[in-house]
Order: sequence, then structure tokens, then C-alpha cells
Amino acid sequence: MEQWLAHVAPFLSGNDIFTPATLAQYWDGMVTTVQLVFVALVVGIVLAVPLAIGRASRSWLISGPIWVYTYIFRGTPLLIQLYIAYYGFAFVPGVQDSWFAFFINNPLYPALLSFTLNTAAYTTEILYGAIRATGKGEIEAARAYGMSSFTTYRRIILPSAFRRALPAYGNEVIFMLHASAIASAVTITDLTGAAYYVYARFYSPFPAFIFVALVYMLLSFSIQGGFHLLEKHMLRHLKPA
Amino acid sequence: MLDFQGYGPRLLEGAWLTAELAVLSLVLALVLGLLAASAKLSRSWVLKSIATIYSTAIRGVPELVLMLLLFYGGQIGVNVVTDQINAWYGTDLFINLNPFAAGVITLGVIYGAYMCETFRGAFLAVDSGQIEAARAYGMSHWLAFRRVRFPLMMRHALPGLNNNWMVLLKATALVSIIGLTDMVRVADQATKATHQPFLFLIPVGIGYLVITTISEVGVAWLRRRYDTGFKTGGA
Repeated sequence: MEQWLAHVAPFLSGNDIFTPATLAQYWDGMVTTVQLVFVALVVGIVLAVPLAIGRASRSWLISGPIWVYTYIFRGTPLLIQLYIAYYGFAFVPGVQDSWFAFFINNPLYPALLSFTLNTAAYTTEILYGAIRATGKGEIEAARAYGMSSFTTYRRIILPSAFRRALPAYGNEVIFMLHASAIASAVTITDLTGAAYYVYARFYSPFPAFIFVALVYMLLSFSIQGGFHLLEKHMLRHLKPA
Repeated sequence: MLDFQGYGPRLLEGAWLTAELAVLSLVLALVLGLLAASAKLSRSWVLKSIATIYSTAIRGVPELVLMLLLFYGGQIGVNVVTDQINAWYGTDLFINLNPFAAGVITLGVIYGAYMCETFRGAFLAVDSGQIEAARAYGMSHWLAFRRVRFPLMMRHALPGLNNNWMVLLKATALVSIIGLTDMVRVADQATKATHQPFLFLIPVGIGYLVITTISEVGVAWLRRRYDTGFKTGGA
């Protein structure tokens, strides 16, 4: 990165705002954003698979609480969830001296917690919809072959549900990338935070925010392109002949 | 009753501002979405490319970034334009962009892009024979649009519009970051002052759930209305 910055420095001469220092700021912000979104998405999907299976359960004792969870997390703004995670534990007496202090001293942890629970709720509903769309005949055939419920899920339902969920999940990934911009509201210097810093430093909103908008656009289109390729590869059998 | 430590009235005012902001931006988004979708489906390539750039660019950028751009850059941009007009015509024009208007405009412009995609898909789903029939009855373009095309399109668009509306409603929370006193900002300030996060943040969360639940009723009514004449599996 330093080398690259030294390389582009001559091209930036006469430019007050986009100096190597501010570009480095943007770069650090991008790394934070990508890390935050990536970790939240990975943990979110790991949580969502069992939750979606539970949501499809016939017993309402299992599906009911999961429905309440997704209803609440999808029905309230992520910003509220972030604030609850950020302030919720900070004012508990004695928390600063407990083992939990790491969580409140670094805003990245509350942000990760709220982003993960939020994306897990959306992903659960996406996967649940895909599981429900499985053809009845497929499941009957699996049962007729003597597969247990577990094997049916592993071999028949989940693989095809994942494929069906792919387009909606691609939207969720982009949604999460965009939603992560609010991390800057709890003092995290992500991409948006970096842009705000540059704006405040030079008091020039247009270059600072338009540049960051282009970076987000580039990230969004790359994700979209990636999912498009994946869909082409995995949903080939659904293409009209 | 719950004791909001004197923040009760301000929370209610904040809730009212959230509702106002959401409804006004919804109206603007619907108008922009309809215009952009019509432009995309028109024969003119100029209109088509403008609408495509609008809907593609806006949907690639986080709402918050666009909001920051318009809030901090909007006034400067407006001043540049009015200064130029003043220089040309010797007038003394000054337009003050208040935060509420900026909030409505930003949210409306952003969700207009999403509405555009929903409307476009729904327009394409309308059977062209219906419109030909309307034309054959001697209806003008506008009358055919009002009586046939629009109602038939709305049936396909409603689920998507409802989705966009839910996202828009939750996105109003972002204006609190920029300084509008909606209910999230009141809760944030109250939390910082009283150190009781759950007392304020959870009721505000419930406030959003209440607004969504009320609007579900409205959407169900609209859906029944636009489903008239179509047999649906459920109802």
C-alpha cells in the first residue's frame, strides 16, 4: 500500500484533498468496512441455516420464537439495534472491571453483534422461503428411498434451497454493505467515517462524499457481478433451453 | 405508565416527525419511481439512459452517504446556483435548504430509484392485449393509462412497493445521524443523559413495529382492491 501511494503521489500534485494521507485514510476505512461486513455475513449465515430449518419446523414451540426473532430484527431499524448493542451494556455498573470490558471499550464488537444478528434474521427468512419452496415430490422420493430427515435435509433440501436462495442472498449482501455505513455513527472509522473525516478536515463535501460513493458503487457492482457468475454456474439447470 | 423522565412529549414529537418524513418521502419516491420507470420504458434513448443511470447509480451507494452528501453539500450546491442567478440577473435570491426538506428529498430520491425498478417490472407484466383493447375502445393514451394500465400494473407492483416502503420507513432512522430530531435522535440523547438505554431505545423500536403493523393493514386493503376480478389462491 505504501509503495502504491508513493507511486501515485506525483499524480496528486496540486490536489489539496486527495493526498496520499487521505487516500490511506480511505483505504483503512475500506478495510474496516469489508472486515466488518464479511465477518457479520459469515457468522450470520452460520446462524441462519439452523434457524431456517427450525423456522420450517412443524412444532410452533420451535418455529414461534424464531419467527419472533426475525420479526423484531427485520421490523426495527438496524441503527436502533446498533445503539442497543452499543449503549446497552455500557452503563451496567461494574462492567468496566469485568471480563466483558473488551466489548464496550471497542465499538467494533457492538457493531459486529448487531450486524450479525440483523443479517442472520434476514438470511433466515430468505433460506426459510427457499426451503418451503422445495418440491413435495422431491421430499417424498427421498423418504421413499429410506433417507432420514437429517439425510433428506443434507442431500436434498438444503443444496437446492441454497441455489434458490442465491439471488435474494446476493441482495442481502449488498444491503449489508450499504447498511454498514452506520458504523460511523458509533465512532468506527469505516469508509463513511473516513469520508466524514475528510469532509470535516477540508470542509468540502462534494469530493469527500462523491469519492466514497464511487468506492461503494465499485464494491456493490463487484459483489453483484460475483453473484451473477455464481448464479450462472449454479442455476444453469434452470435456464430456459 | 412508564416514566420517560420528562422525555415523553419529545419522544412523541419525534415519532410524529418520523411518520411525516416517511410519508412525504414515500410520496416523492412514488412519483419519481413512476416517472423514471416510464422514462425507462419510453422509446427515447435519452430518457432511457438518464433513468438507467439514475436507478443504477443510486442503488449502488449507501443511503447514509447520499444523505451526508445532500445535507452537507446541498446548501453549498444551492448557493452556487443562486449566486450564479444573482450574478446574471442582479437579483438577491437566497434559498435556505432546511434539514427536514433535505431529508425528504434525499429519501425520496433514493427510494425513487428502487420504486423505479418495481414499477418497471410491473408495467412489463401487464398483458399488452389489455392496452390494445383499451385503445380499440377509443380511449386516449392517458385514459387507457389511468383506467387499464395503472390498476393492472399496481397488482404486480404492490408486494415490491410494500417491501420498499418498509425499508424506507426504517431508513428514516438515519436522519438522526445528520441532526433531525426524529424519535431515534430523542432516544439517543435521552440515553446519553440518563444512562438508561433500554428505557428509550426499546419503546422506539416498538414504535417502528407499530407503524409497520398499521401499514400492513393498509397494504392488505390495497391488495384486495387491486386484486378485484382476479382469483387468488388464498383469499
